[in-house]
Amino acid sequence: MPGMISLILKNLFSKPVTRKYPFEKRPPFKTARGHITFARMEDCVFCGMCMRNCPANAIKVDKATRTNTLEPFRCIQCAMCVEVCPKKVIDVLPEYSKPEYEKTTLKFVQEKKEEAKEKKEETKAEKEGGKA
Amino acid sequence: MAKTVLTFGPQHVVFPEPIQFKLKVEDEFVVGAEPVIGYVHRGIEKAFELNELKKNIFLAERICGICQTPHSNAYVLGVERLMGIEAPPRAKYIRVIMNEMNRLHSHMLWFGLLGDAIGFESYFMQVWNYREKLMDIIEKIAGNRVTYSMNAIGGVRRDISDEQAKEIHNVMDFLEEAFKSIEDVLKDYTLIKRTKGIGVLTESEAKRDGAVGPTARASNVPYDMRMLGYDAYRDLEFKPVVVDSCDSYGRAVVRWKEMLQSINLIREALSKMPVGDIITKSNALPKGETVIRVEPPRGELFYYLKGNGTKNLERVKVRTPTFANIWPTITMLSKGCEFANVPVVVLSIDPCISCTER
Repeated sequence: MPGMISLILKNLFSKPVTRKYPFEKRPPFKTARGHITFARMEDCVFCGMCMRNCPANAIKVDKATRTNTLEPFRCIQCAMCVEVCPKKVIDVLPEYSKPEYEKTTLKFVQEKKEEAKEKKEETKAEKEGGKA
Repeated sequence: MAKTVLTFGPQHVVFPEPIQFKLKVEDEFVVGAEPVIGYVHRGIEKAFELNELKKNIFLAERICGICQTPHSNAYVLGVERLMGIEAPPRAKYIRVIMNEMNRLHSHMLWFGLLGDAIGFESYFMQVWNYREKLMDIIEKIAGNRVTYSMNAIGGVRRDISDEQAKEIHNVMDFLEEAFKSIEDVLKDYTLIKRTKGIGVLTESEAKRDGAVGPTARASNVPYDMRMLGYDAYRDLEFKPVVVDSCDSYGRAVVRWKEMLQSINLIREALSKMPVGDIITKSNALPKGETVIRVEPPRGELFYYLKGNGTKNLERVKVRTPTFANIWPTITMLSKGCEFANVPVVVLSIDPCISCTER
């Protein structure tokens, strides 16, 4: 009985183990496989390695339209595409994807090189202008 | 007294997954039982043949949600043998560590379920609270708390750094302390009353019915596939845990001792882990046939693989531990077990139905 009383007192004054979830979230671990994204589309050569190695067939690569399509609801977060990508275009991020009402597909389009160059120059010019 | 047939399941509070037992009942006592399985058949063996070699690792992992690492480990070992390659020593040790952490968390989950089944709610919460620490460290190492995806053909995909090794040591120390605080539950009057002498499976019956895993080891049969020495188990010192009480209580004791054994194995593997590569790359294609046996938390897991020199395998056959343990369960139930004790008896083999039906 005395042991029990100490346990009761301990439980009364100790913090709860659980978290008040939607208000308080645990920060994700850096090494976690949360979701994938095509982070550096400008480097992509559309070789299709990610498409061929995806066990869930979640990725489609279209060279003609320079588009990579990702179905996040099919993706099993195995990060196989990240491993096989020769240009390291794909990143795996630690945040888990949130629930959604509709099944979405994400499209990643590569800009044409000239446009990308122009954009770069524009941003450069802006920066220089800002400095001046 | 006339016999009555009562259906137990497929939806029942003690079952997380659907399985049905048709129990022949005389008064309060069960005199015969018939299992009905096939509610969650997914055709995974066929999918193995249609899928490519590398993609099959992830498919193997998804046969069972709790013991997924031994599944992918068995598949990968089989393919490696057919290809004629071998994983580097460091990869073998990492596989052992992941396998043992898997066993540890599975047994803790089972103890929680046991507490839940006999109406000991606070024990269930306490065990699962401790288990959360283990799940966190697994997520830090493997990247996911449930499907680790650590195994690859020829090695493992992620390395364990020195910092992570230290963290594993810390968690193991924590768990050892935590187990000390709850080990008295096994001496508890109510728990002993609910489990001792219930679901008896004698040594000869266990051998006759082909029981595997903790079910066999609680019946004094030292049947442990880790003794075959796959991965790095051959370099580690351990003996199968054997108890001769032959009942549900014995199965709980076996699991409890195995948890402590797993902690020691993880520590030993971490201290003996050599430095080096974690993967051997090879472009060989599997040819021929082979059989692999490994030891998941629930018992012997059997894989048969047949390759024909292409990217796809010709045949994959999986026999999971629960499939082997269903017949011993029938033997235990048919001996005049009380109807109220059926949940405890069925739970004592740690049933995993999705993996049984594949």
